[in-house]
Amino acid sequence: MDNYIVEMLNITKEFPGIIANDNITLNLKKGEVHALLGENGAGKSTLMSVLFGLYQAEKGEIRKDGNKVTINNPNDANALGIGMVHQHFKLVEIFTVLENIILGVEPNTMGFIQKSDARAKVVELSEKYGLMVNPDALIEEISVGMQQRVEILKMLYRENEILIFDEPTAVLTPQEIKELLKIMRGFAEEGKSILFITHKLNEIMEVADRCTVLRKGKYVGTVNVKETTKEELSKMMVGRDISFNVDKKPMAIKEVVLAVSNVTVPSKLHKNNAVKNVTFEVRAGEIVCLAGIDGNGQTEFVSALTGLEKLSAGSITLCGKDITKASIRARSIGGMSHIPEDRHKHGLVLDYSLEENMVLQRYWEPTFQKNGFIKFDAVRNYAEGLIKRFDVRSGQGPITPVRSMSGGNQQKVIIAREIDKKHEVLVAVQPTRGLDVGAIEYIHKQLVESRDAGKGVLLVSLELDEVMNVSDRILVMYEGEIVGELDPKTTTVQELGLYMSGAKRNTVKENNHAG
Amino acid sequence: MQDKNRSSRKSMLNLENLTHSKGFSAFTAALLAVALGLIFGFIVMLVASPGNALQGFNYVLLGGFSRFGNVLYFATPILMTGLAVGFAFKMGLFNIGASGQYTMGMFFALYVGFMWDLPPGIHWIVAIFAGMLGGMLWGFIPGIFKALLNVNEVITSIMFNYIGMYLVDMWIQSNAVIYVSSKSRTNYLPSTVQIPSLGIDGSNVNFGILFAVIIGIILFIVLQKTTFGYELKATGFNKHASAYAGMKGKRNIILTMVIAGGLAGLGGAFAILAPSAIAGSSMTYEPISIIAANGFNGIAVALLGSSNPIGIIFSSIFISHIQRGGSLANLVGFKPEIIDVVIAVIIYFSAFAMIMKAGLAKFIKTRLKKQDHSKGLNEDVTKGES
Repeated sequence: MDNYIVEMLNITKEFPGIIANDNITLNLKKGEVHALLGENGAGKSTLMSVLFGLYQAEKGEIRKDGNKVTINNPNDANALGIGMVHQHFKLVEIFTVLENIILGVEPNTMGFIQKSDARAKVVELSEKYGLMVNPDALIEEISVGMQQRVEILKMLYRENEILIFDEPTAVLTPQEIKELLKIMRGFAEEGKSILFITHKLNEIMEVADRCTVLRKGKYVGTVNVKETTKEELSKMMVGRDISFNVDKKPMAIKEVVLAVSNVTVPSKLHKNNAVKNVTFEVRAGEIVCLAGIDGNGQTEFVSALTGLEKLSAGSITLCGKDITKASIRARSIGGMSHIPEDRHKHGLVLDYSLEENMVLQRYWEPTFQKNGFIKFDAVRNYAEGLIKRFDVRSGQGPITPVRSMSGGNQQKVIIAREIDKKHEVLVAVQPTRGLDVGAIEYIHKQLVESRDAGKGVLLVSLELDEVMNVSDRILVMYEGEIVGELDPKTTTVQELGLYMSGAKRNTVKENNHAG
Repeated sequence: MQDKNRSSRKSMLNLENLTHSKGFSAFTAALLAVALGLIFGFIVMLVASPGNALQGFNYVLLGGFSRFGNVLYFATPILMTGLAVGFAFKMGLFNIGASGQYTMGMFFALYVGFMWDLPPGIHWIVAIFAGMLGGMLWGFIPGIFKALLNVNEVITSIMFNYIGMYLVDMWIQSNAVIYVSSKSRTNYLPSTVQIPSLGIDGSNVNFGILFAVIIGIILFIVLQKTTFGYELKATGFNKHASAYAGMKGKRNIILTMVIAGGLAGLGGAFAILAPSAIAGSSMTYEPISIIAANGFNGIAVALLGSSNPIGIIFSSIFISHIQRGGSLANLVGFKPEIIDVVIAVIIYFSAFAMIMKAGLAKFIKTRLKKQDHSKGLNEDVTKGES
């Protein structure tokens, strides 16, 4: 009998209209990195929330060191040595690193906080594990990678021995990911047990000992990572074969549909311009990828392109019409579809139903309204059609509140809406962020289909794989400028990386794509 | 046996659906709030005067029924200001300026009533529209500030409560036709400008309440069925997404504030243009530098009605009912302040409405589950026996 430190036996957890966990069993050995793999909405986060005491399971039991335990809230979990780093960090922005770490377990005498001991302990921990942070920095002033270190230090400070990481790499740069995986390995070697939620197969292959796969709330199996392959894991996860390469027909480039010339956008954070003198064209039938490390002006550029922000200089032409000063609605009518970077902030009204979100860009069209009254039958029919066509899964169909849907399906709502809308240019900003391989494959297919249908696609992406596989042409953005134009067929990931980090640039960009 | 089982399961499912429905849970939450508020109110009365508490509470609870006409009359203005607050709230605007809009509407109606000479059939109608216009103006200004300069509407509308009130008091006091300085109140309005009575003896109830209810229903339809309502709610839920979808946020802010102001202005007009139960007299206004309470009561009405126009119709009538009943509690020696406490408590509890809503749904669900479970056990037992 293996010595399991945590056993979750036959866990069942239901939400209205959906069974998030259906009879799931997961055993965690002491000193292992155990990956939990599954598509968006497969129930990974729910299962971990049950373990961490955020939800209570309807059926099943949890054992710690072989003894049955009840975990009613995170404090119970903490008492059992279970700590969790959430996907969205739970930090107080205006507190310092140290204050966040001791939050809830403040060492005090008669109500006065004693910070000096805590500081010594935090410094010791961060040196021991190579988690370098400045304990006096404010959370709002440090990078996302640093914030994650604070979350990890929080667990270490509480001397947790079972560490749950909920999609920890989603927000990190490639270098930070590498470092994090190394740290996780270090924890395991020290005897801590790690549960690692992810849908990135490379990371599992690199760091995990065993992997449990969930699909649609059900247990699929547990495998030893050494004895399996990426292909096998992905098949377990989505229930069919996944191709990692995007099948594309040769390009059939036609006329220019989007022309951007000398666009300059001021920054909101500093006095310099966030986007400097950007010029390029997108033609019908091609996918142009705007690559770059996050924070190099892509967000600001897209805001200016889609009309959310004003540009200070330059012009934008859509299908031959100048739209530099046009309203968002006018751009939309003129043929621009926009899959926004932040689906919760811009892409969806979370408190609206699925069907109401499906018509967010089109509710004013005669198809959906007459004399200012919305035609609810037409909306329902339209939404049902899109749900079927794009396989959007939800608890209650068209009337499901979008807030209750999984991230992947929320993204599908936006994609269905933007692709079905009449458009010539599709601006897709990090459309696969936070999604699993099945959904990523699907979205890539949609982008390519859109291109094959003769639309111009502008893809803004941070993922190197996506940039290399999907695009027909790569523009690299560095510090607000286009520093290079590359052909994905002839370039390498290493070279792309050099451009993205600003180490290399080519200035001839107008001439090398004539035709 | 099996049929019975099936039907009971079906009804259970309905109950379960019901707990998921938004309207139902808002309604039960409001009812719970009211019930708890009344219980607490009774305790307050017990503490204040134990001997008369039961009789006093009886007046509070049932007294309104004997004066139903007046309940409706006093419900009219708070129904309108409630709509003014609730409608703006749907867009995420906190229109705390209903008082100023109400006062302005009242003054415009008064002015038309005294200063314009119009045929009897039209006079009161024109006065009502004038009141709406006055309120609209007082909603428009904070709306403009919010939309174009991003000044918080709470601050501007509070300021405009004072500006409106002092302006109106000044205008009235300087107008010899409107103001009777010896009695420090406005003159009796000509009968041509009074809204036709509904003819309930001894009360001021008039067509105003019908108009108010109809306006409430219209607003409900606007919010639920029109593209304007769709935009309004989308902006209230997520203004970034509404901007992304190309909705004209600034125009909608101004429009919403104008409509909200117009609603409160109508409230002022309905209140002042009401016919008096005593022949030859009319409602009057005393310019004594006090901000109209009906505006703030509108906030309470909107809260209790979950900002839903239909809910607001009921909550305004309820609050008016309690107020009327409360004034009767005077007869057994209760101060009117007690009734204010009871109403305040009800509002206070409606702030917990969200928690109660969640709690109630959970309670019903767990009850259902237990039933289901025990039924399952019974079935097993019978199976085992056979």
